Amino acid sequence: MQALQGRIGLFWSGLLMAAVLALPWYKGGATLASALSEGVAGRVWLLPLVGAALALALLSVATRDWRVHPAGAALVGAGLGWLLLQGFGIGLRGPVLPGLGLLFPTAQSGQPGFGWGAWVAGIALIGALAEVLAARGFCRGERFAAFSIIGIVAALSLFVFFPILKLMSAAFVGPDGTLALAPFLNRITASDLWSVGCLTGAGRCGVVINSLVLGILSAALATALGLALALLVARTDFRMKRLLRAISILPIITPPFVVGVAIIVLFGRTGIVTVEVAEWFGIRPTRWIYGLPGILLAQVLAFAPVTFLVLLSALEAINPTLEEASTTLGAKPVTTFRTVTWPLLRPALAAAFLLAFIESLADFGNPIVLGGSYDVLSTKIFFAVVGAQYDLGQAATLSVLLLTLTVAAFWVQTRWLGRASYVTVTGKSDAGLVAPVPPLIKWAAVAAVVPFVVFTVGIYAIVLIGGFVKDIGRMEMAPTFGHLWTAFSFEINANGLQLFGSAWNSMITTLWVSALSAPLTMAVGILTAWLIARQDFTGKRAFEFGTLLSFAIPGTVVGVSYIAAFNVPPIDITGTMAILVICFVFRNLPVGMRAGIAALAQIDRSMEEASQTMGAGGGRVLRDVVLPLIRPAIFTALVYSFVTAMTAVSAVIFLVSARHNMATAYIMGRVENGEYALAIAYSTVLMLVMVACVAAMNWAVGKRRLGRRTGVTGTAQPAE
Amino acid sequence: MTQTAIEFRSVVKRYGDATAVAGIDLAIGKGELVTFLGPSGCGKTTSLRLIAGLELPTEGQVFIAGRDVSRDPASARNVGMVFQSYALFPHISVLENVAYGPVIRGTPKAEAQARAREILEQVGLAGLESRLPAELSGGQQQRVAVARAIVQQPDVILFDEPLSNVDAKLRRKVREEIRSLQRRFGLTAVYVTHDQEEALAVSDRIVVMDKGRIAQVGTPTDLYEHPANPFIADFIGDANLIRGTVAQGRFTAPGMALPVSGPDGPATLSIRPERITLTPGGPDRVVSATYLGSRMEYTVAAQVGEMLVSRPIFEPRLKAGQDVSLHITDTDVSRVA
Repeated sequence: MQALQGRIGLFWSGLLMAAVLALPWYKGGATLASALSEGVAGRVWLLPLVGAALALALLSVATRDWRVHPAGAALVGAGLGWLLLQGFGIGLRGPVLPGLGLLFPTAQSGQPGFGWGAWVAGIALIGALAEVLAARGFCRGERFAAFSIIGIVAALSLFVFFPILKLMSAAFVGPDGTLALAPFLNRITASDLWSVGCLTGAGRCGVVINSLVLGILSAALATALGLALALLVARTDFRMKRLLRAISILPIITPPFVVGVAIIVLFGRTGIVTVEVAEWFGIRPTRWIYGLPGILLAQVLAFAPVTFLVLLSALEAINPTLEEASTTLGAKPVTTFRTVTWPLLRPALAAAFLLAFIESLADFGNPIVLGGSYDVLSTKIFFAVVGAQYDLGQAATLSVLLLTLTVAAFWVQTRWLGRASYVTVTGKSDAGLVAPVPPLIKWAAVAAVVPFVVFTVGIYAIVLIGGFVKDIGRMEMAPTFGHLWTAFSFEINANGLQLFGSAWNSMITTLWVSALSAPLTMAVGILTAWLIARQDFTGKRAFEFGTLLSFAIPGTVVGVSYIAAFNVPPIDITGTMAILVICFVFRNLPVGMRAGIAALAQIDRSMEEASQTMGAGGGRVLRDVVLPLIRPAIFTALVYSFVTAMTAVSAVIFLVSARHNMATAYIMGRVENGEYALAIAYSTVLMLVMVACVAAMNWAVGKRRLGRRTGVTGTAQPAE
Repeated sequence: MTQTAIEFRSVVKRYGDATAVAGIDLAIGKGELVTFLGPSGCGKTTSLRLIAGLELPTEGQVFIAGRDVSRDPASARNVGMVFQSYALFPHISVLENVAYGPVIRGTPKAEAQARAREILEQVGLAGLESRLPAELSGGQQQRVAVARAIVQQPDVILFDEPLSNVDAKLRRKVREEIRSLQRRFGLTAVYVTHDQEEALAVSDRIVVMDKGRIAQVGTPTDLYEHPANPFIADFIGDANLIRGTVAQGRFTAPGMALPVSGPDGPATLSIRPERITLTPGGPDRVVSATYLGSRMEYTVAAQVGEMLVSRPIFEPRLKAGQDVSLHITDTDVSRVA
């Protein structure tokens, strides 16, 4: 065992040696010099790192166990600290921290961003740090768990918290790099943020007020509609239950602005419905749909399925014997509903409302398409960065506001509602029959749901047809594949397959990014879930809250924060495909994590402990026992991250470049140009690809039922 | 005790502010079966997990086979463990379950499976190798769990309440199986249970734990007949605890006087219910008489208070309300305080 641990130690110090001696330290490919040769050539601040690497290698060979040696811990800590200090302290054009300039005169010429050498050195130092901590009892001495935790914390700090902090600092820092509170105060108190003119009838409202009004209306309507849907499915003999469940999946695979485009095609000034109404009733076509009504319509259609799922599971979790008890005590159905069912549903209603509220605030696709002159925070942030005047300070200030709102809503949801949920399922089988809702409520629900279904069907009909007719916006319904051909034309000639269509570039990038980020997201998410569900370590609660918090950060804010953080050394990765992949991995992390935690809760922990006592380390336990048993959750996480990566627009719109454009950003551009048919055709292709993936998931999960079922048997009373 | 297999030296385990194990010193000999017994929350399972390496001590050291393993994770120790839920891997066959440990530790697969087959045969499961765990009965699953734990010739085998998932009727049989396997393989075993009868039946020595400390260590006979304090007397079997005073080698309490050893002053005696004899007529009265099939149980109002008395079923039966006298001799009592 000692020998093995010695070997592992040698691995990390060997990796560190390779990183400082052999790999190109800086990014860009202009120079392939290692840290050692760069250090000798004048960037002397790299030499301490080389020294630390050599000392650590010496220590791991000379001592019996370098991990418990005080010098080992000191070297690793100092190495990691110095790596970060010099990286962030000396920028592209010279020292950022003045002290470093005095210490190293040659630093005036600056240094490029981290390259392979620096990244590998960082990973090696993190690995060594995990070894040092595990040897001191962290994670019960499990090295794999220690490495995972430290690695994930480092990654989250780098790719979630560092960008947010950087963005916040951009809100307070003037263009010359000094602290400037006055501009921040000016911006944050500006009347175009807070004006309530539209409510008092004196002009327009501020962006914040607009966002809040939209968020509250949208969340309230979506919750009401979701409740109507849930009641119909769970508590009535309504015949279209399957259709309703199918409709609830649609928003997951729909790019955010597709609904918006379809609404324009239907209700825009030259829209199908508008024109018909004008002919029949002589109402003059207007642009009424642009603004609050249009965004609201699109958001309610998009979020109702989300609230529906939340409320459906809450309704199904209510123990029917409670309602039966009320009936046996003499209550009429309406009274039972009012005094038992409704109070039990209240926490779920609040949760659904807050969820839709967060989604509405974070929504970017619908406001940008349908907003007209109705500005909301997310679009305003976008125009502050992308518009005519690049104003990062303004974007940062708005982002701080938006982030405060969503995080506050998220905080309320997790803290306050977490305690108030009434779970009445006890594990005992309660053979009660669910009480059907009173007729009055049933018909109210039907009245709400029918228009929803009609709208949804209409909108998806537009999406299906629109891409394959000449111009659906003007009702020219001649079938054509022209739009598809514009986007995806190709030719097979002497040079092989040649892709000419304008959309190929973005489609291929999208597939690459999705295919790369989905397994990474799944891996990091499941690993995080395993750490949270199974490991005890110092700081676990903060770790858990940190990972969940990234869920509450709106995509727009993520996009701006990545621009703020990653277009300068040491980590200058804007314009690469890597930044797109990283962005998706950390945005979708909570999804994989939740799937993993739910699956792990079903699995008896002692199976993992059995594996450990038989000699398996953490990684082996994960591979042999955990992963085979939670395979369905793995597939769910995988496909969900894949689909989200294909449909997301808010964060990537900031991060795409001419070379690495993504499908959603490309479609966005077509929408802005009014090329609706092309946009719709492309969206259809995108959705078909995703449907194929969902089908693949269903197929794969369906085959793997066995593992889960027997997994549960392991925890329950074994059959005699 | 020939050779020490496991040793606890001032072991403390804390979780934040809560102390699960509050300082334990203990040595377990090679080939011994030692039971940790105590009420829930007494630290017995934590102590077991400290041996397994599933928990690391906050303070103190744990030695297995003479080596300090206090900082070694479970995977670096050579222990076998039988879990309460058996924890068989549901997705692989019985054979693969048993061969899992040797494979992990680097034995070639064919050799590991041959060894697993051999062990499975010894525990009477030959022919079931290719089944999945869910296709076995509870008793068979448990034998697989035991086979899996002993296949690597561990320094110690740990049992975490192994009978709690076994049908009440089968418990006696299964615990005898465990005991005979342990003897046959000459295994050092540590066994956790909260059932005192199970502990008495299966152990060489019992470690009674209370609030994270060791209350008493001894053979089953020691503990039952010479409990060290009122907690042990009450926890293992039933006991009548009588408070009185000792002066010049004589214990006195209302209506009772017995010779006892030990210092003068206030004292508590423990008297087992089956050690008390009753004769009709006298100063005491039967409050209730309960027929239990194998014996009669009486509650008797005596001058010292209510006494629980247990009598064989073939003795003449007494009725509630009857006057009786209690008979206790000095060899029937033990001083617990």
